[in-house]
Amino acid sequence: MQKDKRLEMLHQTIVAHGYQKSSLLEILHRAQELYGYLDSDLLSYVAENLNLPPSHVYGVAAFYNFFRLRKPGEHVVTSCLGTACYVKGAEEIISAIEREFKLERGKSTADGRLSLFITRCIGACAMAPAVVIDDEVIGKATKEAVIQRIKQLLEGNKPETS
Amino acid sequence: MIHLAETELDAQRSYKYRINVCCSSGCLPFGALKVLKAFEDAVKEFGVQKECKVARTGCIGTCSVGPAVLVEPGDYLYQNVTPEKARLIIRDHVVLGLPVKDMLYGTESYFRKQHRLVMRNAGKIDPYRIEDYIAAGGYSALVKCLMKLSPKEVIDELYVSGLRGRGGAGFPTWQKWNFVARAHRMPKYIIANLDEGDPGVFANRTLAEADPHAILEGMLIAAYATGAEKGYIYIRAEYPLAVETLKKAIEKARAMNLLGEKILEMPFNFDVELRLGAGAFVAGEETAILASVEGKRAMPRPRPPYPAASGLWGNPTLIQNVETLANVPQIVSHGGLWFSKIGVPNCTGTKCFSLTGKVKNPGLIEVPMGITLREVIYDIGGGVAGDRAFKAVLVGGPSGGCLPDTMLDLPIDYESLTKAGAIMGSGGIVVIDDNSCMVDTAKFFVDFCVDESCGKCTPCRVGLRKVQETYKRIMRGEGRAEDLDFLRKLCSYIKEASLCGLGQTAPNPVLTTLRYFGKEYQEHIFEKKCTANKCFRHDGEARNI
Repeated sequence: MQKDKRLEMLHQTIVAHGYQKSSLLEILHRAQELYGYLDSDLLSYVAENLNLPPSHVYGVAAFYNFFRLRKPGEHVVTSCLGTACYVKGAEEIISAIEREFKLERGKSTADGRLSLFITRCIGACAMAPAVVIDDEVIGKATKEAVIQRIKQLLEGNKPETS
Repeated sequence: MIHLAETELDAQRSYKYRINVCCSSGCLPFGALKVLKAFEDAVKEFGVQKECKVARTGCIGTCSVGPAVLVEPGDYLYQNVTPEKARLIIRDHVVLGLPVKDMLYGTESYFRKQHRLVMRNAGKIDPYRIEDYIAAGGYSALVKCLMKLSPKEVIDELYVSGLRGRGGAGFPTWQKWNFVARAHRMPKYIIANLDEGDPGVFANRTLAEADPHAILEGMLIAAYATGAEKGYIYIRAEYPLAVETLKKAIEKARAMNLLGEKILEMPFNFDVELRLGAGAFVAGEETAILASVEGKRAMPRPRPPYPAASGLWGNPTLIQNVETLANVPQIVSHGGLWFSKIGVPNCTGTKCFSLTGKVKNPGLIEVPMGITLREVIYDIGGGVAGDRAFKAVLVGGPSGGCLPDTMLDLPIDYESLTKAGAIMGSGGIVVIDDNSCMVDTAKFFVDFCVDESCGKCTPCRVGLRKVQETYKRIMRGEGRAEDLDFLRKLCSYIKEASLCGLGQTAPNPVLTTLRYFGKEYQEHIFEKKCTANKCFRHDGEARNI
């Protein structure tokens, strides 16, 4: 039911852009905003509507780092690895998260509750190192603070057992 | 419009104090919105609504001590403001007239050597209100163009000013405009480049968040001078606040007939659309940005033809960095001659830099061209943080160069930087202290360029990967004597043979570290020693090598 509504909203965006092929990036942004990631059904839908070959749409989606082709975890940690953050020890924070929660950068934990992504600069260089946990930016981050915050989140809303 | 400016100015004059709360991306995570709310509440609490105006503004420049608050008149700058402190400021400063001394930002030298031209309105106007911009003299340059100047006279003015592209390469702006103006094919397009992909750089974002209308006015003047009718602002999707601010600015400008058809009742049409990038460093390259705006993979193509002749959909296109565009209204208002006196003769005006890394006062600075690196790092930046020793400074992002302390007296202009092996780039200055290993730092940039290489041409795609492999080997302790020569040779091939700016500049960090920090490479290869203790580690703390 809800899925149909999102598809409808996506379709509205496509119409608003007049089915123009050049608006592909805008449409993909909208699709990711609505669904959180771009799976192959969604990409085919966009391709069909813009009258583009599916290979082209997939090619564009895969080219840009911002588009996610796999479902992200329930909570998303994005660590900045721009120059300023790197110089101030972002790498150590990332390694610490990897070890603590047993996941690799760019991937999710086995239970799908947490994803760790790396981004090249969020532009918060004056408060490097910066880590974004869900939508909250943590500036001048330390590994202890970041790990503690993630733990709080994970414990805060445990999946309901039925 | 003059009427509007006067009404707004009158309204502003009726307040005795104006409190500017920085709400840009640098201060927001530290609770700037709560501080803004606290100021508004405190103003009500003390009943000083009629004397004191609280405004939400863009970046004040001191990003390391956010949230920052500027109280006018007198430009009192408060640092690390909290909701509790906000109430104190209203009580003491506004009601009693006594600035709270111990909360003021103490580093006056941070501002002394700066020259705010592009960022003149940053932190002083509310970016969401077009009225604020107009009251500060905004859009008067556009009116001047439409009423008094011919397109050719606008370009002449730019020629006199000596303005050069701020995107990194430093191409004379008037020449670019002239090419597009002379081209016959219609329609013509303008792209404002806000794809600030360099890690460690946030100058363009700050500009868009603080003064979006300056960018729009620059685009409008460019459109008038070149005859373009459609413009795109290509902005990174990673900058949500800047996107939001620009969206609102475009709406406001449309509502006031500053964008659209028959602008200001003159036979002049121009409209602007936002295009979101999606995280590709190469998209900042001018032919790649064209592909991206057209909805394709951002891959560059050989030049010529240059975009000025054949750009978007084969039509003449002017591609200009937003900082360049923001300079234009001032040049038109005050004249090219005035502008040409700022900076140094072959490199006029100012440049915004994001000063970051291991420096005491990081933040967004704007300095006249020709200032030395030493002045920037020590006088403005306050020197190396935490009393460590200075080791290197990286100028110009991942395709820039690492310069040692012996190069600190280098003046900042396009030619001097290129000669030293660095580039102006989009304006990043990252200070590196003795905690960092230069071999490891160079590899970090190589990793970045390998990730971001679009894969179209072989020197960049394969060459950089070979460089990366060599670094991995050296850092594992398997370096060989011939590696250094191999790196030098391979990098010079990549530089010469790559298709676009990414490949041509990617070897810069390797070449400059080899040139200035050759000793560290020798230590790594022959003694298996890393003085900063970053390489040869197996305890899991080190990078994946």
